[in-house]
Amino acid sequence: MASASASAGYRVCPVTGLKVFLPTERLIQAVAVSAVVALLIGGIAALFVVLNRWLGPDVVAPSRFYMWIALHGWNMLVFWIVLFEVALLYFASSVLLSTRLVWPRLAWVSLGLMVVGVALTDVAVVRTPQNYLSFQPYVPLQGTPDFYLGPILFTVGSLSALAVFFATIYTAQKEKVVGRSLPLVVYGAAVAAIIAVATLVVGAMAFIPAFLWSLGLVGSVDAFWWKLTYWGFGHPAQQINLAAMITVWYFLAYITVGGVTPSEKVSRLAFVCYLVAINLGSAHHLQTEASGALSVPWKWINTGYLVHLAVLGSMIHAFAVPAAIEIGQRLRGHGQGWFRWLIKAPWGNPAFSSLVLSIALFGFLGGTSGVIYGTEQPNLLWHNTLAVVGHFKGTVVLGTTLAFMGVTWYVLPLIFRRQVVGRPLAVVQPWLFGVGMALLAVAFMKLGVADGVPRKQGDIFLFGGSAFAFPYPAHVWAWMAVAGIGGLLGVLGGAIFVGLVVGTVLMGKRLSEAELKGGYGLPGAVPAPVGGAVHSLPVPKGTLVLTIIFWLFFLAMYLRAFAQLSSTWPLGH
Amino acid sequence: MVTAPERVWWRVPVSRAEMVWIVLAFLLVMVFFSLWMALWHGIGRQNATGAAYKVAPQTYREEVFAFARQWKVGEENGIPVVAPPPGSHVYLLAQRFSWYPILKLKAGETYHLHMASTDVLHGFSLSPHQWAIQLYPGYEWVMSFTPDKPGTYHIICNDFCGLGHQTMLGKIIVEG
Repeated sequence: MASASASAGYRVCPVTGLKVFLPTERLIQAVAVSAVVALLIGGIAALFVVLNRWLGPDVVAPSRFYMWIALHGWNMLVFWIVLFEVALLYFASSVLLSTRLVWPRLAWVSLGLMVVGVALTDVAVVRTPQNYLSFQPYVPLQGTPDFYLGPILFTVGSLSALAVFFATIYTAQKEKVVGRSLPLVVYGAAVAAIIAVATLVVGAMAFIPAFLWSLGLVGSVDAFWWKLTYWGFGHPAQQINLAAMITVWYFLAYITVGGVTPSEKVSRLAFVCYLVAINLGSAHHLQTEASGALSVPWKWINTGYLVHLAVLGSMIHAFAVPAAIEIGQRLRGHGQGWFRWLIKAPWGNPAFSSLVLSIALFGFLGGTSGVIYGTEQPNLLWHNTLAVVGHFKGTVVLGTTLAFMGVTWYVLPLIFRRQVVGRPLAVVQPWLFGVGMALLAVAFMKLGVADGVPRKQGDIFLFGGSAFAFPYPAHVWAWMAVAGIGGLLGVLGGAIFVGLVVGTVLMGKRLSEAELKGGYGLPGAVPAPVGGAVHSLPVPKGTLVLTIIFWLFFLAMYLRAFAQLSSTWPLGH
Repeated sequence: MVTAPERVWWRVPVSRAEMVWIVLAFLLVMVFFSLWMALWHGIGRQNATGAAYKVAPQTYREEVFAFARQWKVGEENGIPVVAPPPGSHVYLLAQRFSWYPILKLKAGETYHLHMASTDVLHGFSLSPHQWAIQLYPGYEWVMSFTPDKPGTYHIICNDFCGLGHQTMLGKIIVEG
């Protein structure tokens, strides 16, 4: 059996029973390692960004700050996350469907393009101050050609990886390896991939003209057009992260506690909401522009009804994922009372604590703040302040990155087949990272909304010696210290993560089939009655209570934002 | 979730607990949040309502200089202090790395604020915090506003505009 599978180019995972094709496994390993390298570069940059904001220009000079924040943004928000997502797509299509990855050579070429893209951008930034351009390198600030070429190559590489993903699913269905309905986790990954195609095509529409312009081949690029088009890439890129994160949530709920979604139908419909509406989220980056340029109905329909349809999708997942955990726990015998399922959860498993922290912190900090901040009027108060940074620490850091870190604790034993080194550190890691970044997120939102402290600003202490410099009130520095301490804890949590991953990949004990089976068995025997009669599933009543608390919090924060706005100077009346 | 569902998954009824949640979520985001955005245009006093024009940087610069000459009452750090009459059109020019001119306004009066950049993107924001507006080269916004609390307000550029970005400050003085 073993030799038969080996000659067919796959092994059977002793834990999941899935066929793992060896070319897929090698690819996932290479892509995941590249992702972690990007995370490391972005993390080093994060340290200097935090030190500048907290301790001032004497510690990190403003011009250095612009360099570090450019490196931080590109490596974290694009390179780390997208590379990890590519690994996820290969995993979802090939491993979960127990099928071979088609076009493996194209997949390697795509990884090569992405790595060259990362290198070009990073070197371009470090090489010349002209390229100290953050993740929003708005035209007509001009970078050198290689600065634009990096993201373009990265985009072409990502699109090739997406082609491999779609072709793999298509082939699996054609060869009847999988039926017409994909597993929910693969379905979610496919939704992320479709959003990614649209996103990357728009990205090319923004970066190719900018590239030609930097070469002197195009006379000028309209600044307003460019910002609009750029966000057609910049924001949907975060929606890929959202869809990928939710997909990982469902996967982790299954693999850690045998979770079962309360309704396959509803969970899939929620993903469809993303597909239909979420790219319009980019419109909310143009809320502070005069309505003569972008009309009130345009803003209302795009950033109101249409985006809120996507928000409805997220609200549905906000119930379905915790409910999946609760149902899994109840099926495994922790069925008494309202919250025993939560108390009796496997908190010692870093993948599980990452999952719960990711869900809770994304919901309360990232998701709610995003909806409020994306709303036409509160945006006036938030735009380009530290509050924006607080928001996306809540989404892509506490949500996506924490979820990706969580799933890594399974990738290491099951795909790399190595025992995670420093297990006690791994148990603390999600808490250190989660609590630290949550402190920073809350402090930044406070500093942005209440005091308008700007983001992308290299010196809020002395304003580079400007004649018009002024001091911020004392409470600003108190909150900045909270952010600074939180940021350092976050960097420490990130460093532990990178250290353990590198340590495991290089020095972790190789796991035999028997050890894998013994140590990483799936929780309980829950032959998921997927799509089975609804009444056979326990009622997730604890989740309903928790989500109603969340609902009330959301409404209160929304109204609070308008109350804060109403005390500012009347505008546009 | 990880394995393919049975064929009839779309026929399985949704549980009551989940239906309750879907209805609550729908009411909050699709009904209330969406409607409230439009309502605030009627009941709220802070909206980015205003006119927008395409303008050549040189033309806009001349408009602002003419305005500053007309109402100049002083100078601070080489930037004119300008005191236009209540209800009038006032102009702000954003360019690397300054705001021109310094405005001196009366609290509680309404002004028509023209704003544009003449080089790259800039961000208009104030401390103490009021609201932020994105500015572009080639586009002029005109928005009415009422500085209703006296004090000295520092203008801070809040979008990266180059290596001197951190020095790009200005001032609006609101007299009681």
